[in-house]
Amino acid sequence: MLHAILAIAGLALVFGLILGYSAQRFRVEGDPIADQIDALLPQTQCGQCTYPGCRPYAEAIAAGEADINRCPPGGEATVLALADLLGRDPKPLEAETREKAVAVIDEQTCIGCTLCIQACPVDAIVGAAKQMHTVIEEECTGCELCLEPCPVDCIFMVPLQQDIADWRWAQPEPSPVERPRRATGDVTGKRRESA
Amino acid sequence: MEYALILISTILVNNFVLVKFLGLCPFMGVSRKVETATGMGLATTFVLTLSAVSSYLINEYLLTPLDLEYLRTMAFILVIAAVVQFTEMVVHKTSPLLYNVLGIFLPLITTNCAVLGVALLNVQEAHGFIESALYGFGAAVGFSIVLILFSAIRERIAAADVPVPFRGSAIAMITAGLMSLAFMGFSGLVRL
Repeated sequence: MLHAILAIAGLALVFGLILGYSAQRFRVEGDPIADQIDALLPQTQCGQCTYPGCRPYAEAIAAGEADINRCPPGGEATVLALADLLGRDPKPLEAETREKAVAVIDEQTCIGCTLCIQACPVDAIVGAAKQMHTVIEEECTGCELCLEPCPVDCIFMVPLQQDIADWRWAQPEPSPVERPRRATGDVTGKRRESA
Repeated sequence: MEYALILISTILVNNFVLVKFLGLCPFMGVSRKVETATGMGLATTFVLTLSAVSSYLINEYLLTPLDLEYLRTMAFILVIAAVVQFTEMVVHKTSPLLYNVLGIFLPLITTNCAVLGVALLNVQEAHGFIESALYGFGAAVGFSIVLILFSAIRERIAAADVPVPFRGSAIAMITAGLMSLAFMGFSGLVRL
């Protein structure tokens, strides 16, 4: 009886040791920082950052190949969170220069093909087969992914009108008084000549 | 000559899937695409050969001297579980893509009854070391061949115009039955 227990226990112990050793030997190095970045991205997989999805963008940021301000659906909040995580300075969104717009479906022309519903990464389009579709304005991130699949070209990007909900003070103008620059050879040289 | 006979016997005549009806779960589960089926076949080949050899060693040098034959099934399951875990680590390290594609079916090789079946049949037929290894390898090759053939057929069926009541698993079952029928034709080839 005892030798049976010992034999099986010894067998289990040997296998445990082998597995423990190989777990060390064949450890897979994940990239924890890419995982953390990926968790902060909105996972719309819209591709506006020019990467094929959120995960590749996260890996590119982790590798230092991409800047943190390329994610329009995430907006300013994502940039701030990424800057916080990575210890970089927050930057204005790269796409912010383009006016923020939402997709609008021309309901007269819509044939109800549902192609744009399948393309929408944030489920902002409602409708059913052979029924007209419409865009939920608050949900739309302006990613333009629905423009391409529409067979009758009835989706347009319409710039958002400013209303009381999203109105903000204008950014301050750059200060007219230039701060004195530290001695760069060119400037000081000229000054010496004139003086 | 005898070794060649063992290989032919396990691959074709006594094919584990189609003649002995062992390991049907991955046979139906992982046969949707040829690439996955190939990966699964390779992983199973590795596990089966290794577990056949190590279960032979354990039976011969641990269980038989200690008169512990009644613990055979339990000890073999322990061996198989360890070998599968080891395979999973190696696959995860060497081919993350294959690891993702195989997914849950990789740990499920543990419960593939063909693996335990090979280990127990080795004992039953009193195979030696090389015979055990060849038996396991042959069974695995037979399993892989049938799995890959079946997945290739299923890829064609997916594109074919199948009558509505037969779509999906039903036509797959019928196809597996026909393949089994065809493999029965090998039964006159070798007599062991």
